[in-house]
Amino acid sequence: MNFSLTKEQEMVRKLMKEFSENEVKPIAAEVDETERFPRETVEKMARYDIMGIPFPKQYGGAGGDNLSYAIAVEELSKVCGTTGVILSAHTSLGAHPIYQYGTEEQKMKYLVPLAKGEKLGAFGLTEPNAGTDSSAQQTVAVLDGDNYILNGSKVFITNGGEADIYIIFAMTDKSKGNKGISAFIVEKEFKGFSIGKKEDKMGIRGSSTTELIFENCIVPKENLLGQVGKGFGIAMQTLDGGRIGIAAQALGIAEGALDECAKYMKERKQFGKPLAAFQGLQWMVAEMATKVEAAKLLVYSAADKKDKKLPFSAEAAMAKLFAAEAAMEVTTKAVQIFGGYGYTRDYPVERMMRDAKITEIYEGTSQVQKMVIAAKVLK
Amino acid sequence: MKIIVCIKQVPDTNEVKLDPKTGTLIRDGVPSIINHDDMNALEEALKLKDRYEDVEITVLTMGPPQADVALREALAMGADRAILVSDRAVAGSDTWATSNTLTAAIKKIGSYDMIFCGRQAIDGDTAQVGPQIAEKLDLPQVTYVQKMEVKGDTVTVQRALEDGYEIIDVKMPCVLTAIKELNSPRYASVSGIFDAYREKNVEVWSAKDIEVDLAIIGLNGSPTNVRRTFTPDPKGKGTMIPGCDKGTVCELFNILKEKHII
Repeated sequence: MNFSLTKEQEMVRKLMKEFSENEVKPIAAEVDETERFPRETVEKMARYDIMGIPFPKQYGGAGGDNLSYAIAVEELSKVCGTTGVILSAHTSLGAHPIYQYGTEEQKMKYLVPLAKGEKLGAFGLTEPNAGTDSSAQQTVAVLDGDNYILNGSKVFITNGGEADIYIIFAMTDKSKGNKGISAFIVEKEFKGFSIGKKEDKMGIRGSSTTELIFENCIVPKENLLGQVGKGFGIAMQTLDGGRIGIAAQALGIAEGALDECAKYMKERKQFGKPLAAFQGLQWMVAEMATKVEAAKLLVYSAADKKDKKLPFSAEAAMAKLFAAEAAMEVTTKAVQIFGGYGYTRDYPVERMMRDAKITEIYEGTSQVQKMVIAAKVLK
Repeated sequence: MKIIVCIKQVPDTNEVKLDPKTGTLIRDGVPSIINHDDMNALEEALKLKDRYEDVEITVLTMGPPQADVALREALAMGADRAILVSDRAVAGSDTWATSNTLTAAIKKIGSYDMIFCGRQAIDGDTAQVGPQIAEKLDLPQVTYVQKMEVKGDTVTVQRALEDGYEIIDVKMPCVLTAIKELNSPRYASVSGIFDAYREKNVEVWSAKDIEVDLAIIGLNGSPTNVRRTFTPDPKGKGTMIPGCDKGTVCELFNILKEKHII
């Protein structure tokens, strides 16, 4: 068992730390306050090959590993949860399914620009009546000559409207239930595809979360991803990997809040001494730090298993469950330690607390993670 | 165009603390970085590589084996070749012995059009190694480069002065030293990082490899000796003699006389 990062991973961490501090942190509060998608950050990430870390060079990627990718999401999320999820949804949900299931032609056409960061990716599974019960898809795809015709809508789509390429799930045969779902690669410009309502969210407010609408949307037959009827499996396996990204985001948010607390506790004085000198608060940060460390080991271990091509589904679910709950607990305690100041927008911890909550909900709620874990234990 | 960039791995002074008893740096647990001015030198070389074809950048450093990571970072930013001169015989070098070592290494590299150094390192602040290399290789040198342009075999350089700058044309091969005003160094790219460890190589040269006289390198070859470093004691509180009449002046006069100052 080896708990050390490789030299490459250490250097990726150093790069991402500097990048996040210099390029992301200065605009994090403004991006949150004004609900502005930080397009300029996406362009900068593309310049430094951050948008395609785990994909091979032949497909435009950086030729790196999943642990380095998780570290990138973690470092971004330490200072800005919004930027963390933009990268996570793009890499794990938008680009990865094409890498895993796409034909060579699909990879050259879609994965290359995604991995280079010239195009942004997104993933559309959730519908108004198909959330946790994602098999209850109502979007339909009907084969008509050389095209599939898609009708229906998706909700809560991360990077919605901002992304150029969407992985969309639809029923090709309603009579077959789960086995009637297929996956498609849909370009933003395809006729009949439009962006609906943009959500006004509690946290990750710079991230664009929208509805997607398909009205007789024409998708060329060659844009079917994987085989007909295999879409549900593609969705579930994509989400297994995506959970590592979201777990890394939650971990980063928790670490960011802990860092802010450590700094504040040494500066802020009450009763003539710094907060850091009060044992009650020391015990709080000790618990927070322990949760963060445990979350980190779970996240890195899940990413490492994926890199080693070992089964990682339950481990990714555990990492996301634990890291998300740690993020919520740590950020809530951080606001408590900051007191009245923590409740204001003058300090970043209230933003971190709002950003943390979504990690317990999206890409499978904490309850869904428990279903996945229990299924593994009780199989 | 062949460019050699000399870099130094230094402790990050933002994180470093002083031992109050000995006055020396506590280096344990302090992250190491590429010296800031050296990053500016490297960035300028990389900009030339972006702009012109056939630019080859070699990064050169003298240091312990751990300096490998600084060279890998330079490779990840886009340098083509990296050389680490590492040998117990070079330990304890002052600037004179360091420039002897680097000069020998540069001679072994052989061909070059430009040797680029940072102005000075944040741990020593001497600003001597670059100019010494130029002298020892008998090359023209321009220090404090804040802007530059290459045309043919000439570099037109803005050299920063305290209250302005001078414009100097210098023929290559030459030695330049960079200051932070020259540019903003880029980040390493993620694919550059993986290439730096998987595709590229750091060549490690010993004192024997660079065929240098052992008498002019390392601690024994260093004319400078650091006997002690210390923080000067703070000055005591001064005495104030208020007033502006003749009596006050006389009082001051007497005190100075008593102390044999006048």
